Amino acid sequence: MMPQILFLFFAAICVAGAINLVLQRHPINSALSLVVVMASLAALYLLLGAEFVGAVHVIVYAGAIMVLFVFVIMLLNAGAEEQSQGSRIALLIGGPGVAVFAGVLMWLVTRGDKAIGNAKVGGMISSGDNTHNVASLLFKEFLLPFEVTSVLILIAIMGAVVLASRKES
Amino acid sequence: MNPTTTFLIAAVVKIALVIFILLTGVAYTTWLERKVIGRIQNRWGPTRVGPFGLLQPLADGVKFILKEDMIPDNVHRGLFILAPMLALVMSLISISVIPFGEGLHVPMTHTTTPLQITGVPGTTDHPGPTDINIGLLLILGVTSIGVYGIALAGWSSNSKYALLGALRASAQMISYELALGLSLVGVLMMAGTLSLRQIVNTQAGSWFPGGPLHLVPHWYIFPQFIAFFIYLMAAYAETNRIPFDLPEAETELVAGYHTEYSSMKFAMFFMAEYVNMITVSCVATLMFFGGWHGPSLPFLPQLLQDLLPILWFAAKIFVFMFVYIWIRGTLPRFRYDQLMAFGWKFLLPLAIANIIVTSLIVAWRA
Amino acid sequence: MVPLSWYLILSAVLFCLGVSAFLLKRNIITIFMAIELMLNAVNLSFIAFANYLGKLSGHVFVFFVMVVAAAEAAVGLAIIIAIYRTRETLNVDRVNLLKL
Repeated sequence: MMPQILFLFFAAICVAGAINLVLQRHPINSALSLVVVMASLAALYLLLGAEFVGAVHVIVYAGAIMVLFVFVIMLLNAGAEEQSQGSRIALLIGGPGVAVFAGVLMWLVTRGDKAIGNAKVGGMISSGDNTHNVASLLFKEFLLPFEVTSVLILIAIMGAVVLASRKES
Repeated sequence: MNPTTTFLIAAVVKIALVIFILLTGVAYTTWLERKVIGRIQNRWGPTRVGPFGLLQPLADGVKFILKEDMIPDNVHRGLFILAPMLALVMSLISISVIPFGEGLHVPMTHTTTPLQITGVPGTTDHPGPTDINIGLLLILGVTSIGVYGIALAGWSSNSKYALLGALRASAQMISYELALGLSLVGVLMMAGTLSLRQIVNTQAGSWFPGGPLHLVPHWYIFPQFIAFFIYLMAAYAETNRIPFDLPEAETELVAGYHTEYSSMKFAMFFMAEYVNMITVSCVATLMFFGGWHGPSLPFLPQLLQDLLPILWFAAKIFVFMFVYIWIRGTLPRFRYDQLMAFGWKFLLPLAIANIIVTSLIVAWRA
Repeated sequence: MVPLSWYLILSAVLFCLGVSAFLLKRNIITIFMAIELMLNAVNLSFIAFANYLGKLSGHVFVFFVMVVAAAEAAVGLAIIIAIYRTRETLNVDRVNLLKL
């Protein structure tokens, strides 16, 4: 009973934030609705027993990446957007297209509903907590992808610094 | 009563008490700051309102409430009102995971409630109170969201001073968050857990038991003193205090990101800054100075004996606040490029070097 | 107990909302945010399955998705700043020609 109420509450906030992102005209409002979506997703991760991933989700996504988005909106002084020819065509064709896509996905999921079953609430592995187990996986089996992602971040840092710097003429 | 109801009632009582004590503490920290800085600058500080100026925070509070709450015309109204609320609420959420003591044997009933808002009393097979096992990450996450309060305040004010101040303040805060988090990783590796109560529990005892030096407590300040200094400097930059307070310096940017705010909204920013200072001092005490561990006096009755750890905790917090105010009265402020260079080019590599050395030592010992 | 299909339906709904924002909005920063929304929907699906199957590889994969999303956001926003400097606009309908 209680897990279902919690899930419905946070899922409602999530979907409301996502719909608000689509409907708002000013990008700063869209950015803040996306932060609301991130926070409610972190709460859903807690429900699924992934507390470490949920906390890191808040720190990295809501606390760093979205701050970066808000910075760029503030720096470039983005204003409310205007309707143009391209967006009307996209609305006419894209709207029904996305609705069909969503319908297909939901039909696929509910078709296998009986076979899938329930998600457990809360913690999963009894020995050690989430942090311990995720860390041992990350540094033993997934060590090579971990090192590769650090190289990826280094390349991203260098690329961002080079791209955003003014050319000395 | 079943444990759920007990937990809920205890939590509500604890929340009310903690918020009351915290906000009173914030008010009297402003009094302490004005007195100490006055004395450093060879003047009295507040003396008129009440004995030693002790009712000065009350007068300030009345002033804030009675002032006209003005919202300028061209601001982005929703965000203008949301920003100070966001800053204050995020500061207050951090206090909910901070443990103040072991446990309190409630006199009339036979229950023991842990001295922490999110603490849960132990069970028969796990005696001793427990809390959230990612307590430290929660504080770091909530600090990251507090940056939005400042960024949105500056942007929604629709004024050039506010925008520049907000951009500088948010850039400074997100740069020093890295050094803050990384400096704590050394302590986490030695403690082996992210739960704040467990980290304090591992600091019981002494470094050299049963020897001539057995009075040296098992606090992490001794092996991790470099990490402590990195943490302290990153904390001063996070809370926008001198020597890192360029975003709100009066001589530089009028008043920075809270230029357009008045009365209660400004008071909320003000309170958020002081609550952040207290939170950061609490985390430093818990991680480096053994939290609530101190000499225990067994001749006291049980209730006072349970409340004694809170006294030690509060004494350590007081020392940190005094150092904050002392440094404010003594040091000049950094220029903005010096500030950013210090955070990225000095503190961050030093914190990473500390992690490498600590992990090598911990791995070699195991 | 919450059925797993509810989480998957939520993930699908978020993904479709992200796709619709990607197609309908004209501001390039909002389009970027729609990409982040799609990545988050996928993250939710990963964690839901990790809970259901009892394996923690789902969590590790979510880490990698987060890292890649962060790197992509950083580089993408740097490109947007560079485009804004030359074209003076953030509307994607105005930057669809190579010629200025």
